[in-house]
Amino acid sequence: MARTATSPGAPKTALGKAALEVDDRLIVAGPLRRTLNKVFPDHWSFLLGEIALYSFIILLLTGTYLTFFFQAAMTEVTYEGSYAPLRGVEMSIAYASTLDLSFDVRGGLLIRQMHHWAALLFVASIVVHMLRIFFTGAFRRPRETNWLIGVALLVLALVEGMTGYTMPDDLLSGTGLRIISAIILSIPVIGTWAHWAVFGGDYVGELIVGRFYIVHVLLIPAILLGLIALHLLILVKQKHTQFPGPGRTEHNVVGNRLFPAFAGKATGLLLVVFGVVAALGGLVQINPVWLWGPYNPAQVSAASQPDWYVMFLDGSTRLFPAWDIYLPGNYNIPALFWPTLVLPGILFTLLLAYPMLERKLTGDTASHHLLQRPRDVPVRTSLGLMAITFYLVLLLSGGNDVIADKFDISLNAMTWVGRIGLIILPPIAYVITYRICLGLQQHDREVLEHGIETGVIRRLPHGEFIEVHQPLGPVDAHGHGQLAYGGAPVPKKMNQVGGARRAIRGFFSPIEEPTAVELEQRGEERGLASAETQRELTSSGRPAEGGRPAEGGRPAEGGRPSEGGRPQEPRD
Amino acid sequence: MSTTNPQSDTQPDEGPRRSRWSRRPAEGTPAAAARARRRSKQRRRIGNVAALMAGLVLTGALYSTFAPAQAADEGSESTAEAAGRELYERSCISCHGENLEGVPNRGPSLIGVGEASVYFQVHTGRMPLVRQGSQAPDKPAIFSDEEIDQLMAYVQANGGGPVLPSGDLRDGDLAAGGELFRLNCAQCHNFVGQGGALSSGKYAPSLEDSNDLEIYSAMLSGPENMPVFGDNQLTPEEKRAIINYIQTITDMPDPGGAGIGRIGPVSEGLVIWTVGISALLFGIFWMGSKA
Repeated sequence: MARTATSPGAPKTALGKAALEVDDRLIVAGPLRRTLNKVFPDHWSFLLGEIALYSFIILLLTGTYLTFFFQAAMTEVTYEGSYAPLRGVEMSIAYASTLDLSFDVRGGLLIRQMHHWAALLFVASIVVHMLRIFFTGAFRRPRETNWLIGVALLVLALVEGMTGYTMPDDLLSGTGLRIISAIILSIPVIGTWAHWAVFGGDYVGELIVGRFYIVHVLLIPAILLGLIALHLLILVKQKHTQFPGPGRTEHNVVGNRLFPAFAGKATGLLLVVFGVVAALGGLVQINPVWLWGPYNPAQVSAASQPDWYVMFLDGSTRLFPAWDIYLPGNYNIPALFWPTLVLPGILFTLLLAYPMLERKLTGDTASHHLLQRPRDVPVRTSLGLMAITFYLVLLLSGGNDVIADKFDISLNAMTWVGRIGLIILPPIAYVITYRICLGLQQHDREVLEHGIETGVIRRLPHGEFIEVHQPLGPVDAHGHGQLAYGGAPVPKKMNQVGGARRAIRGFFSPIEEPTAVELEQRGEERGLASAETQRELTSSGRPAEGGRPAEGGRPAEGGRPSEGGRPQEPRD
Repeated sequence: MSTTNPQSDTQPDEGPRRSRWSRRPAEGTPAAAARARRRSKQRRRIGNVAALMAGLVLTGALYSTFAPAQAADEGSESTAEAAGRELYERSCISCHGENLEGVPNRGPSLIGVGEASVYFQVHTGRMPLVRQGSQAPDKPAIFSDEEIDQLMAYVQANGGGPVLPSGDLRDGDLAAGGELFRLNCAQCHNFVGQGGALSSGKYAPSLEDSNDLEIYSAMLSGPENMPVFGDNQLTPEEKRAIINYIQTITDMPDPGGAGIGRIGPVSEGLVIWTVGISALLFGIFWMGSKA
C-alpha cells in the first residue's frame, strides 16, 4: 500500500505488476535479493558436493517410483512371471516383486538401475567432496560443525545403501545379510540380544526385509534430508571458503552471484548428473538380481561382495587373522568383531574428530575462510594420503578373489599382499607425499625468487651460459624477487603472464577479458607484460590484482565487503 | 633303466632244479618198498601239477569263452585303440606312465578314469599339460576330435570308467537346473558360471565357453579340484537340467545393458569410479573454467 501504481519506478509490465502484488503480501523482495546476490566461488572443486546433492535428488525420485511396485515382505510365493529360468521357483514376495519390477513394469528396470547407479554415485561423490574439504583445510574453525554433519551424512549414506542392497532378497544380498547378522552376533555381551532385536528372532526370520524397507525409505532418508538442509543452511550462514588469490581475503568471497551465473551452472550440473546416471542406468547393467537367484541360506556364490562403499569392511574381514578369543565360562569374542566393528569404529571416530585433533595439535584456533593448498600443509596432506592408501588396500582386498581370478594371482598371495601392504604402504605414502609437497612448495618459492624460466639461453662474454628468468615483481640488488610466498598459485609459464601474443583458448583454459587492473598494468613499464599494446592477457592461475572477473566485468565481490585482510598484493 | 630283468633271477635256479629231477636213484638198490613209496609220491606230485595245469588251462579257456571282450583286449586291439595307444605313447606317457599307472609327482593313474575324463581333459585343451602348476589351464585343444575319440577308446579299453552320455544334454527343467546349479556349483563357479578363485592359485574356471559335453563329462569325472558328481549324487536328468540352465544363462543377452563381466559389485564399483565420477569431474572441471 506504500507503493501505488503512480509512484516513480512502478512496474509497467504485467509480470512486474504481478511480482509487486506478491511482494506486497509476502514481503520477499529483500531476502530474495540478498539470496540471489549470494556469491559462489567459481573453482571447479566447489561443485563436488553438488554432485552428491543432485544424486540424492535422483535417488528420491527414482526410489519413489520403485516403491509403487516393490513389496517388502518375505512371504514365500512361487514365481510365475516372465523370466523363464526362475519360473516355478519358490521365492519371497520381495524378490518376486523385484523381478516383476524389472521385467513386467514399464521402465522399471531402467529406474531400478538408475537408482542403484545413483546410490553408488551418491556415496562416491560424498567421498570426493570430503577429500576436497579435507585437503584444503575447509573444515577448520568455524566450519567444524559442518564437517561433523558431513561425516554423519557419509555414515548414514552407507547404512542407507546397505539396507537398499539387502531389500531385493536375492542370493547376493542374502549373503550380505547373513554377514550383517554374524557381525551383530559378534558384539560381546549384547550380540545375541541385539540380533534378536534387529531380526525379531534367529536368522533370517520373516521380518527383516520389511524392517529394512522402512529404515530405507523413511527413517534414513528423512534424517538425510534434514541433515542436508542443515548442512546447506550452515554453509549459507558461514559463507563459502575460497582459495587464496588476488583480491581474495579472509573477509570476502570472490565468484559468481547466485543469479544468473551460478544458477545457470547449477542447473547445468543437475542436468549433467541426471544425464550421466540415466546413461549408466540405460547402458550398463547393475545388480542383475535375476541372475543371482532367490535367497536360500543353503546356497552361496563365489565372488559375493557388498557394494563398493562397504567393500573396505569386507576387505578388512578377509585380511584379519582368525583370532577368536575364548573367555572362561563359555564366552568368546569372534575374530569378526575386530575388522567389522572395532576398525570402522576407530576409522570413523578419527574422521569425525580430525578437525578437533588438528586444532589441538597445531594450536590454530583462529577462524579461516581462505583455503590452504595441499602442498602448503604437508603434514595434513600426507596424513590424508596415508589414510587413502590404508583405505585402498582394504578396498582392493574386498575384491581380492575377483582380482586373483581375473589376473591369475594366487588368492593366498593376495591376502598376504593385503596384510603386509596394509601396514607398510601407508607410511611409505606419507613419506612420498611429504617430499612431493615440499618439492612443490620449493619450486613455487624458487619462481618467486628467481622468476619464470623463459627457456632463453644467453651466453655471457666470458663463455658462461645462463638462462634468462622473468621476475614476477620488483627485484633487489642481487636480482632476487621480493614477493612473499602467499600460498596462492604461482605462474610458471610465460604464457600465464602474457608471454604469448594471445591467450590460447582451450577446452579447459578460459579466455577472460582483461580486467581493469590488468589494463592498468599495461601502462606500467614492467616485465614482458608491459608496454605491448592491445595484448590479451589471461589471468588464469595468475597472482595479478583483480583476480577472476565476474560476468560482464562487474566487480566480483560479494558477501562482506573487503576490509583489508591479508596482504595479497604480490605485484608491488 | 637299471632294474633287474626278472628272467635273470630265475635262470640260475634252473640248473640245480634240473639236476635234482635227474638225480634218480639207481636200479637195484635196497629198500624197494621205500623206493616204490618214493616213486608213488613223485607220481602223485607230477599228477597234482598236471591237474593244476589242466585246471588253469580249463579256467583260462572257459574264461576266454565267457568273457570274449576282455580276452580280445589282451589279444587284438581295435584300430581306434591302437591309434589311441600310439597317441598316448607320443603325448601322455611321460607323466601317466607306460601302462596308464601314473608317475609319482608327475601325473595320476588313468586306470578307471574312463573316456569322460579323457574327453574333458583333452577337449578343453587341459591335456597335454604344458607345465606343472597349481592347476591345468584350459587352452585350444591340441588333438582333433578324431584323435580324442581314439584316446578315449584306448583309455576306456584299459580300465573302463565313466562313459560319455548320449542324447540331448539340455533335456531338463530349466528352473530346477538353476536351483541345482546354485546349490551345487555356484559356490565355486559363481551364480552365473563366471568362475572364481580357490586357494593357492587354484580356481574354478568360467563356464562361458564350455560346451554341453564338457560340462557333463566334468561332472562325471571331477577334474582338478572339482568333486565328482556321479549319477547317484546328480541323476542324468538333473545333470541335463543344470547344463540347460548354464547354457541358457550364458546365451541370454543382458536386458540391462552392458554386462560388465556379470560379477556384481566389484565391476560396478569400478565403473562408477572410472566412468561415473570421471565423467562428472570432467564436467565440473569444464564448468569451473567457464567463468
